[in-house]
Amino acid sequence: MATYNTNEFRGGLKLLLDGDPCTILENEFVKPGKGQAFNRVKLRNLKTGRVLEKTFRSGETVEAADVMDRTLSYLYADGEFWHFMDNESYEQYQADANAMGEATKWIKEQDDCMVTLWNGTPIAVEAPNFVILEITETDPGLKGDTSGGGGKPATLETGAVVRVPLFIQTGEKIKVDTRSGEYVSRAKDD
Amino acid sequence: MRRHALDWRPGAGIGVLRARAEMLGRLRGFFAERRVLEVETPLLSSCFGTEPSIEPLQSEFVGPGYASGRRLYLQSSPEFFMKRLLADGSGPIYQVCKAFRNGEAGRLHNPEFSILEWYRPDFAADQLMQELAELVQLLLGQDDLPVEFRPYAQLFEEVLGLDVFSAQAEQLRACACERNLLGAEQLQLDRDGWLNLLMSTLIEAELGRDGLCFVTDYPASQASLARINAYDTRTAKRFELYYRGVELANGFEELVDATEQAERFEHENCTRRGRGQQPMPVDEALLGALEAGLPACSGVALGLDRLLMCALELDDIDQVLAFSLARI
Repeated sequence: MATYNTNEFRGGLKLLLDGDPCTILENEFVKPGKGQAFNRVKLRNLKTGRVLEKTFRSGETVEAADVMDRTLSYLYADGEFWHFMDNESYEQYQADANAMGEATKWIKEQDDCMVTLWNGTPIAVEAPNFVILEITETDPGLKGDTSGGGGKPATLETGAVVRVPLFIQTGEKIKVDTRSGEYVSRAKDD
Repeated sequence: MRRHALDWRPGAGIGVLRARAEMLGRLRGFFAERRVLEVETPLLSSCFGTEPSIEPLQSEFVGPGYASGRRLYLQSSPEFFMKRLLADGSGPIYQVCKAFRNGEAGRLHNPEFSILEWYRPDFAADQLMQELAELVQLLLGQDDLPVEFRPYAQLFEEVLGLDVFSAQAEQLRACACERNLLGAEQLQLDRDGWLNLLMSTLIEAELGRDGLCFVTDYPASQASLARINAYDTRTAKRFELYYRGVELANGFEELVDATEQAERFEHENCTRRGRGQQPMPVDEALLGALEAGLPACSGVALGLDRLLMCALELDDIDQVLAFSLARI
């Protein structure tokens, strides 16, 4: 069982707390002049995404969580799981809906995603920051309107719905920021 | 170009260095006017305080007389040497020096830091607190900063509804859990450990929000080198100064009894052994000075780096040090 001493605490370190993997966001050393030292730590639970605070006695050791972030290529979904592959080792992984979260809205086959693995199993999947997707359905806009003001909903090939300017038509490819879920621009033709 | 792992630049800009120099100038003027003598004592000593929560940085002298080396500790305070001067009849003295503590680094901590420490023969704790308040007002450039005094027990009663004299460890743990101090249910601490945790996580941040706040009459179990209060032996003549939630100074009406001092050293070394820490070599020279007669006096140590942080409204000690731990 790998452990970390509080003196090893730093942002990004992965700990196992109450059975859940957590990542350290902030670590503050607290010590009264004549008293015991503590580490007040802000952590994110990697399974639930919740942020929590915890106080440790300085010098204490805490169990490490076997967590790593890997760039994996998205292969396909089978209705229950989303399958990914490590392009170097060809090792395959399957993520459930819980781990996928919002990423299902944005990713297409062959997209590279940041996947968080805990004991070798995906627990979180992050879509690329920007994706290019085709519009499968949107109301025809008014001809000649290039202002982009107002906008209208458009359904993308992945099923996600984003607001696009009125001049964007069905069949066009657009660039979307997956963090905000907003339209960025028309995709340039390669 | 060569690549360097360390940033060569200082953490404190020239403006901060000037403010520090000015602060030192003003404090020397303050003591000169009051005829308190500036002294220098060694930063290295073969002895070290026994307090279980203060760990030393060590060094070793090899040279004439010490072919196989002599262990020397970088001092966490010039207290023992200054008390030997007082016992020798120095009268009121002060010192500005570096102090060292192992294991401490963070937003408010650097293992090497600057302190101002001074001793006033014939001053009671109240008088020294008054003088400290005047000095801090001067150094912060705010003569009219309000000053309040809050006894430790009263503070715990008001903020947490706890009686610090009767509350046992389990009750203190329950209080921490009730206030959502996560992790409290798993911590193993003794009574004073819990009091320290509650103080630093639930009370401290609000202290001295609008002025200088002295916390006075610490529990006797946290007396350190302070005299026990004659009128209430549950408390000691120890005080701390807080400003804007930051602990700035710690002072005592000094323990002058050699026998009691020797007992406290022994007791603390016992605690150290119990916790798996190295016991510290007891300073026999200090005990000798106390036997010869330390005049009744009060003394206080003020953290100058933190005071400078407060004066300049900076929130990381790295910003007021030329080169903090991360830069050396």
